[in-house]
Amino acid sequence: MGCQTMSDRSILRFEHVGHAFLGRSLFENFDLGIAPGETVALLGPSGSGKTTILQIAAGIIDPVRGRVHRHYRRQGLVFQEPRLLPWMTLIDNIAYGLAAAGLPRRERRERAGLFALEVGLEVADFGKYPVELSGGMRQRAGVARALAVEPDMLFLDEPFSAVDVGLRRHLQELLVGAARRRGFSTLLVTHDLHEALLVADRLIVLSGVDGRVIAAHKPAGSPGRRMARTVFDEAERLSESPAFAELFSARERVR
Amino acid sequence: MNRVLESLGWMGRYLWAGWAGLSGIFCFLAAWQAGHEIYGSFILPSPGETFAAMGLLAARPDFLAILAQSAVRALTGFGIAAGIGTVAGVLAGYSFAAMRLMKPVVTVLLGVPPIGWIVLALIWFGSSGGTAVMTVIIASAPVSFAGALEGVAKRDRQLEVMAQAFGGPWFYRLRTVTMPHVLSYLFPAWTTTAGSAWKVTVMAELLSNSGGIGGELATARALFDIAQVSAWLTITVGLALLTDYGLLHLLREALERWRAAGLPWGVKR
Repeated sequence: MGCQTMSDRSILRFEHVGHAFLGRSLFENFDLGIAPGETVALLGPSGSGKTTILQIAAGIIDPVRGRVHRHYRRQGLVFQEPRLLPWMTLIDNIAYGLAAAGLPRRERRERAGLFALEVGLEVADFGKYPVELSGGMRQRAGVARALAVEPDMLFLDEPFSAVDVGLRRHLQELLVGAARRRGFSTLLVTHDLHEALLVADRLIVLSGVDGRVIAAHKPAGSPGRRMARTVFDEAERLSESPAFAELFSARERVR
Repeated sequence: MNRVLESLGWMGRYLWAGWAGLSGIFCFLAAWQAGHEIYGSFILPSPGETFAAMGLLAARPDFLAILAQSAVRALTGFGIAAGIGTVAGVLAGYSFAAMRLMKPVVTVLLGVPPIGWIVLALIWFGSSGGTAVMTVIIASAPVSFAGALEGVAKRDRQLEVMAQAFGGPWFYRLRTVTMPHVLSYLFPAWTTTAGSAWKVTVMAELLSNSGGIGGELATARALFDIAQVSAWLTITVGLALLTDYGLLHLLREALERWRAAGLPWGVKR
């Protein structure tokens, strides 16, 4: 496999990467290059290895085979659940990445405050602990924490799957706007085709059976719907997996 | 200013919560008085007689020196035991091999009664403060070890992944992610350890005749001064409670304010 666009300009590049878990191969020879400012969405059914690819990309786990080249300085990560530290206040949670980078307390709190306001949190909540916040506020804080480090590369691991539709749309638009303004690259893992179409420049569909990439497309200047049709037409042609039923039904909605 | 007011409010709540503890103590004193009414002063001196004896002891010029002697031994033993136990427990929590090596040792240490260590320590250190300190360390360190081990083993690994993703160095991750979680396991262990440190110190002093409260207790027993025996015991319990509520609980309240934040108003304490 490895039909992804590769480029010397890539700030993140997978080179023949393979990974296995408990003796079961998740994927083999995975190649991927992400250009500066590009947003790539990884789609696929549960167990297809999307999150593993993201964790390898972010350096959280090492691949069994192959190499990952990272040509960026700072990375941010938004998880499916907010993963805030319960013993830190909202503002300290948002400033977590800045503190890890060694920024002085006052400076990091000021910067974290700006990003907290940007995602729609209020100053009155800055001193509250996560247990005092609603689920939506916590997820906003997770997004603010990732943006606060001013990343060159942003990883999104199904970040909006547990929030309501209104907030989901708001955060999606916020991230698209931030990526355009600041020019960072994004790798998004999602089940949601519509989210991928809204956010991504390129879609990669993973097989749920043997870890193959069954579709990877970036039609030049293609609007979302046409890109989706192209991707899923190819996915349907290549895949014999019943696990794709859900994605194919999503294609029907797009058409 | 807000922080000062917040701290004052928190301290007020902490002190106010003392009423609940005091009511429990008064119930205990009532039961003690009832026992005294049944068995008489020779078997069980009344709380009043005991407090009168405490007053006499407090008037002695060497009273504070006796307390200080026992306190230094108990708190030194507790500090060393908590330190060694916590560090070893954290290491064992991170390393499966270390855990497999240390756990049987701790089980053996926990199985030996403190009196056994006192006898050995008497042979090794003679009638000195070292006997009490060493006994406290050996009897208490395994409890801290078990608490720290449990805390590290049950840490939230997803939070660690988050910290790793944001580039936190290992010590920063330990300080900000693991240790705050481990504290909730350590405090009960330290509370138990602090209480037993006082008991073991007095026991070791009594058996090794090395001064301190234990030494005074031995003298009072030899003189059949039961009121004084009760007074020294009450003082020991008071010091253990002071260590617990004046030091450990206070520290816990300060470090774990976030827990209280999640409770509805009215059940914060």
